[in-house]
Amino acid sequence: MDAINWHGCFFLLFAAVACGFAVAVVVAGNIVRMACCLVVSLAAVAGLFFLAGAEFLGAAQLMVYVGGTMVLLIFGVMLTARGPLVSMKTGGGQWVLALVIGVALFAVLLQAATSSSAWDGPRENNLVRHDPVQSEESVTQDAAGQLGLGLLGVREDKIRQENKVLRGGMSGYLLAFEIISVHLVVVLVGAAYLARARRRVQGSGVRTPSPESRTPIPE
Amino acid sequence: MSLFTEPIGLSHFLVVGAVLFVCGVICMATKRNVLGVLMGIELVLNGANLNFVAFGSSVLRPAGTEGIGMDGQMIALFVIVLAAAEAAVALAIALSYYHAHATVDVDRGDELKG
Amino acid sequence: MAELLISISTPDWLAHIIAALVQCALLLAIALCSAAVGIWLERKVSARIQDRLGPTRVGGRFGWLQPPADGLKLICKEDIIPAAADHILFRIAPYISFCAVFCVFLALPFANGWVAVELNAGAFFLLAVAGLEIFGVILGGYASGSKWSLYGAMREAAQVVSYEIPLGLCVVVIILLTGTMNLVAIGNQQAGWFFNWHIFHDPFTFVTFWVYVTCAVASSNRAPFDLPEAESELVAGFLTEYSGFRWVFFFMGEYASMFVVSALGALLFLGGWNGPVPIASLLGLTPEHGAIGGWINTILGPIISMLGLTLDPAAWIGNLLGMCNFIAKAFLGMTFMIWLRWTLPRLRIDQVITTCLKYCVPIVSAMLAGVMLWSFFLPGGLFAALTQPASFPRSAWERTDSTLRVDGPQDVGEMQEEAGTRNVTALRSHAEHGNEGNIQEESR
Repeated sequence: MDAINWHGCFFLLFAAVACGFAVAVVVAGNIVRMACCLVVSLAAVAGLFFLAGAEFLGAAQLMVYVGGTMVLLIFGVMLTARGPLVSMKTGGGQWVLALVIGVALFAVLLQAATSSSAWDGPRENNLVRHDPVQSEESVTQDAAGQLGLGLLGVREDKIRQENKVLRGGMSGYLLAFEIISVHLVVVLVGAAYLARARRRVQGSGVRTPSPESRTPIPE
Repeated sequence: MSLFTEPIGLSHFLVVGAVLFVCGVICMATKRNVLGVLMGIELVLNGANLNFVAFGSSVLRPAGTEGIGMDGQMIALFVIVLAAAEAAVALAIALSYYHAHATVDVDRGDELKG
Repeated sequence: MAELLISISTPDWLAHIIAALVQCALLLAIALCSAAVGIWLERKVSARIQDRLGPTRVGGRFGWLQPPADGLKLICKEDIIPAAADHILFRIAPYISFCAVFCVFLALPFANGWVAVELNAGAFFLLAVAGLEIFGVILGGYASGSKWSLYGAMREAAQVVSYEIPLGLCVVVIILLTGTMNLVAIGNQQAGWFFNWHIFHDPFTFVTFWVYVTCAVASSNRAPFDLPEAESELVAGFLTEYSGFRWVFFFMGEYASMFVVSALGALLFLGGWNGPVPIASLLGLTPEHGAIGGWINTILGPIISMLGLTLDPAAWIGNLLGMCNFIAKAFLGMTFMIWLRWTLPRLRIDQVITTCLKYCVPIVSAMLAGVMLWSFFLPGGLFAALTQPASFPRSAWERTDSTLRVDGPQDVGEMQEEAGTRNVTALRSHAEHGNEGNIQEESR
């Protein structure tokens, strides 16, 4: 028997958790359980990022995505925990339609994913995890620093590009970074504006809910 | 048993990404709760993110071939940030919708129907 | 470990699994011991503050065995699940809470190189995982089906989400100073005497440390920020419906997270395993082997190699001393938190949020800007400036002048060697490939 490939084993573990809980998100009826499954699925995806050598991204995924989902969870509790009063079941026809589309989409994606033999995997096992020196050098090599420099417009990984044309074309992400920064500020202001507490105005277009439905937390 | 001994390749990651993506699409199509739809979107974005990271990763491809390098992680990072922003706005809209309709059922938001 | 097992003809895969399990058990032991000692400390310190004795009988004069006795009592209690509860979520919530805290220990270094997983993004990972603890709390609060629990959980959510921002900014201040997110590297940068600690690097980091203390207390839900379980208002907050073993998990999670934030504070600001006095390097217990280190190696070296281990005994002993130092600092931090709890009254929820958004965030943002300027003008730190008072203003201004000019690649290299960051090489090599001017502007 060959030596067990631990990288592969952990991949299988995380992949199974990610896929299993993603399916559970679809199946679950209760919004809080859905959020719970989603959290586990996203955390497993963070694990997959670690396995692919993207440490910083894995940590960012845990912090931003999983933290963001937590806020979703809280909103779920606040807005929909009035439970059986509001039934939000989906009709059978919609399920069938969604499943047909989903299966068709999955078939296409699966076909695409397995189409290229170049994607089958490293021919010689170049992910020797037992050799810390090599993995340090080739795998993770301070991706955070490279990402940060890339955001400032310096692509450390492409600097050693021999081809003059390719090196000239390589670019950082300074403009995108600035746009995203402005975008986040706009989103912050916009979200605060949308979610602000409105005063009740008689005759305005907004239908004001009855007082008991405004209480966010159920008894 | 070959999965335990063979090295993991790019296509394995792509399959996981595909599963997440499809789950997200089905979730978006079937849930009537605004927050459920939002969770579907998060799953879809994650599936796409996983593909970006896998294509950019140096451990998953044969030695000597050039992937998309750092671009994969960079784009995935942007996706994460944008997803956070999108979730913030979507939650604000959901809150506003709840204030207007006292529910978060998307099928009830049909006032503009002709 | 794995090699040792393989050498006595264990199958390859089994050896690796056993080695991994042993290391997990070691980490779990540290997590549980920190919780147990924390509980004992809490009882003793609170008793002394209230002019009592605290536990005195279980396990000798000082009540050493009180935490195990408590644990035993709680395990024997009936496990009650309310009828209105969401059963599955109610059951798993305590485990989620504790697992998140335990995952933090995976990336927490205890001495130079003594860390389960050395991550390049260690500081970031640690913050991210520590934030997951409240998932268990929120789920538990929701799943209990009681309004007190739900109120507690909602307060916790509001509090922790708000305090993650200043907490993260405090860590960013240190990352800015060190130029790395690797926790082992951050610890090693503070080697030597106590004035090398980051807290004494400059006045801004000193203030940042106290902001960190505030946020750390708040994010581990300790008084005066213990709104989620405010017993005078909410019965016991999210813990109301829990009993027995599940309650123990929440409780241990809380104390382990106290240990984690204290340890992170010690690592980032208080030198980590580098003591106020560099005992290990004075004794020569480093990989370079000073006087006593070489002496120990000549005695123990043959025995170690006879056992088939590759180990540097002197450096190992030095690391052991460092680990004791580190853990002592972490417990000092815990004692401080306990002291606070039994001294200060509880804040109201609006005061808690005000403290965060109106005080902590602006202060730490100002400190971030301050540290940025300080490390630009005086990269050596306060004590380097004080010990060479004649040279510091002049050299600082000279440096500014030279860096403000857009010059050739040599200048870039010089500036960044002084700053001591690793990104320099990239900048420099890029500069050698052309367009120096752009890079210099962007790097500012």
